Amino acid sequence: MTAILDVRDLVTVFHTDAGPVRAVDGVSFTVGAGETLGIVGESGSGKSVTAQSIMRLLDPPARIEGGQVLFQGRDVLAMTTRELTDWRGAGAAMVFQDSLTGLNPVLTILRQVSEHVVAHGRMDIAGARRHGIELLRSMGVASPERAATSFPHQFSGGMRQRVMLAIGMANDPVLLIADEPTTALDVTVQAQILDLMAGLNQKHGTAIVLISHDLGVIGSLCRRIAVMYAGEVVETGPTAEVLDDPRHPYAWALAHAVPRLDAPLAARLPGVEGMPPDPLAMPRGCRFAPRCRFRIARCEAEHPPLAEIGPGRAVRCWVTMDGGRLPSPALPAAAAAPRAADTEPPLLEAEGLVKTFRLPRKGIFAPHETVHAVNGVSLHLMRGESLGIVGESGCGKSTLARLITRLHAPDAGSIRFQGKDITALGGEALRALRLQMQMVFQDPYASLNPRMRVDQILLEPLLVHGHAKPQERVAALLDMVGLNPAWGTRFPHEFSGGQRQRISIARALALNPALIVADEPVSALDVNVQAQVLNLMLELRERLGLSYLFIAHDLAVVRAFCDRVAVMYLGRLVEEASAAELFARPAHPYTVSLLSAVPEPGRSRIILHGEPPSSLRQLQGCAFRQRCPVARPVCAESPPLIEVAAGHSVLCHAPWSLQRA
Amino acid sequence: MPSYIALRLVSAVVMALLASLVIFLISHFVPGDPVLAQLGDILASDPAVVAEWRAKWGLDLPLWERYGIFLSGLLHGDLGTSIATRRPVLEDIVQFAPATVELATISFVMALALGIPLGIAAAVRRDSWVDAVARVVSLVGVSAPTFWLAFIMLAVFYGWLGWAPGPGRVDPIAFPPEGPTGFLLIDTALIADWEGFADALAHLILPAIVLAAATLGLITRTTRAAMLDCLQQDYVRVARAKGLMERVVILRHALRNALVPVVTLGGLAYANLLTGAVMTETIFAWPGLGRYTFRSAAALDFPAIMGITLVVSATYLLVNLLVDISYAVLDPRVRR
Repeated sequence: MTAILDVRDLVTVFHTDAGPVRAVDGVSFTVGAGETLGIVGESGSGKSVTAQSIMRLLDPPARIEGGQVLFQGRDVLAMTTRELTDWRGAGAAMVFQDSLTGLNPVLTILRQVSEHVVAHGRMDIAGARRHGIELLRSMGVASPERAATSFPHQFSGGMRQRVMLAIGMANDPVLLIADEPTTALDVTVQAQILDLMAGLNQKHGTAIVLISHDLGVIGSLCRRIAVMYAGEVVETGPTAEVLDDPRHPYAWALAHAVPRLDAPLAARLPGVEGMPPDPLAMPRGCRFAPRCRFRIARCEAEHPPLAEIGPGRAVRCWVTMDGGRLPSPALPAAAAAPRAADTEPPLLEAEGLVKTFRLPRKGIFAPHETVHAVNGVSLHLMRGESLGIVGESGCGKSTLARLITRLHAPDAGSIRFQGKDITALGGEALRALRLQMQMVFQDPYASLNPRMRVDQILLEPLLVHGHAKPQERVAALLDMVGLNPAWGTRFPHEFSGGQRQRISIARALALNPALIVADEPVSALDVNVQAQVLNLMLELRERLGLSYLFIAHDLAVVRAFCDRVAVMYLGRLVEEASAAELFARPAHPYTVSLLSAVPEPGRSRIILHGEPPSSLRQLQGCAFRQRCPVARPVCAESPPLIEVAAGHSVLCHAPWSLQRA
Repeated sequence: MPSYIALRLVSAVVMALLASLVIFLISHFVPGDPVLAQLGDILASDPAVVAEWRAKWGLDLPLWERYGIFLSGLLHGDLGTSIATRRPVLEDIVQFAPATVELATISFVMALALGIPLGIAAAVRRDSWVDAVARVVSLVGVSAPTFWLAFIMLAVFYGWLGWAPGPGRVDPIAFPPEGPTGFLLIDTALIADWEGFADALAHLILPAIVLAAATLGLITRTTRAAMLDCLQQDYVRVARAKGLMERVVILRHALRNALVPVVTLGGLAYANLLTGAVMTETIFAWPGLGRYTFRSAAALDFPAIMGITLVVSATYLLVNLLVDISYAVLDPRVRR
């Protein structure tokens, strides 16, 4: 097999004010014709910079300072500007992560899909437009003719990512580099896009380099994998082998830190403690040594080379380079969660919650449109329990969280908290309620005020509610979430994403609440950091007897974290059961498809078509029936809530009618 | 898009009505009784005479009715009579406006034609000599006081080098055509009076440069900042990855997005040029609205001031309407 792409000793340096940062430091790999290679690593590992270096898309202060990038034998790094523009988008194309910022908001979709077909001189404008429409159709864009007059903001996230793929494929490239193409998407849409990419690879023989932080995504598409850490490739090999038997301790930690749906549950997720090395002061020896649980004396003294350990397998590790293996992690048995006796009244009880939002008028005489965000949700949460709410974006789960914390007032229904009706609380009573109920938000960057020091952030709730010894409490809080109390004088930007999320948790804990409502608390974090933060939350629950309402779209995370799980679709809870029961015996077709859509190596998926219908209209009958693979005539009527087992209820006419693939 | 424009139009009309109401109410609540002022102390001591006068001028009518009369006068182009010039205010404004509009438009076009390319070049070649020039231009343009700049320009190019004519709109001995538009460049061109055209243009240059300086500075700075921002965007990287030429990437993908803040600022700047050229017009003896405003204010010529205020608010409303429509043309997300 001849290599299409041959990267040799690539070095890319960012010349920052603090000094040169070698973001990509001697990376080598090859991609053969029609091959699929996955590059995995945490943020800052250099995987995206590698991709952009290959395409020569980096701006100063980044500079490629060494190595070769050979594309079908031609050195990309030696190309003139003219040769480069001829090659980009024709020989090799790139697809980026964020389809909202990646598409130009002021140009029509069709123009963006067809302009470079014209620019590369392959077709005239009319031909390129026809080609563009066909291309969009083949990417599964419904009624692609509308692309001629539509702009990116009129397309959904999944549709935009299809457009991005169409842009990449427009000139039939032999190599497609996709940088986190599904990270911003819902799991069912992600499954559609991965399926599409696998199809491109099979049908057109397009070689694919897929960059992702998600091992599941890579494992479900790529035959080979390269694991990057601190600017270096630390392990390469066939994906299945690396996942089953990782030889580099970092790959080992990655493979085991991801909560998987098919792995047995552990009380704690094994992960890597600590942080990646400071790129300005790399360790002299192995870069992973400071965090490595298998390190030996040699690791800290000498930098290991990438050594061949088998056919197509190489690893950069002193411990395993002679063919040694790493042990499987010992799984501590899941400790039984401290549960309140069933006779005790629930901490939180919600009945028939409804929330609608009125949109602004579209024209002077147009009627107001109404978003039906939450459509009659009832739930309860015991003291010391974790209830997970899962669903795709737009299903109303965040609105539900805001209703329960009374950031929004419900249109109908009631909420009881600690036996008191809080549905219509206001003023002072609502303020007192905030002592008992706190939120942790998704974005650790946006939810901390950048102009306040960390101790000020933690002090604020204490002072507002008149705490007796606020300063001491701040120090105790920082200690409790695993941060050095002396760091209180720092500002949020001096912390990493995971540390900021710890600060958010500390802020929520400041007033000793009984309930924490966490809205996607780990979805913005790297896998490893995710495991650390989840472990912290589990530990705090045991120590403080907290209850969690845990909102997430990541099913595996919910499974690892929650006692009970409720699945939400279009503002309704469609299924609710204990976590163990729900993941073992999902009854609602939506739950089944959702579980099946989670990318995991070597498992076929049920691909749901389309996207959730608009929440602007109230649907008759079952809300899922338009996408349901096993819908039947009776589904036009409202489905009943059936209790299929103790504590396992389903909103469906035909539970268990869809089986997992 | 049509519904968006209709909505903007309706809101502009509402705003215009509000502006006229505010202006009317201010004239009503300003201290001082016009009847007393007209009649003098002795006649005003007789209530019957005062009442007769109030009835004659309609001052006994309820406030809203008087506003109605004021408004219908406005719609018929009746802005009252100037106390100082003894002519209808509208006639005065029509006479003085073209000189101002001509000057403002020329300097606005100059500022755009120089500022936008300079801003683009500065952003594309960041930290190069072009960028340095652009930064100096924006700093000097924004910070140099008008009177100082006007004085320097006159002293150097008129007094010392003699390259430009002195103050005024035309040569003192020239006879510019009277109409039909009042814009000398257009009027002279219409009758093919190229000598007059050149004379008018030569007189325009210095005040136009002085007036353009601040706008040029702002436009350059805004274009540069907006372009720098847009060039960082992912879609620019996507455009490059498609293999588009750098020129296309900059002009098609980045510039159109960068123009949105430039349009906002440009609209405001143009309205400012149209209504706020008092200092420049005074120094260059320019017979425009700015000087008329200055004279009317100095003479406490209330009808004239009200008329000018109305014209100024109408100008802002119109320019804002144009800016809103350009948003919709530039950015599809605004169209609804």
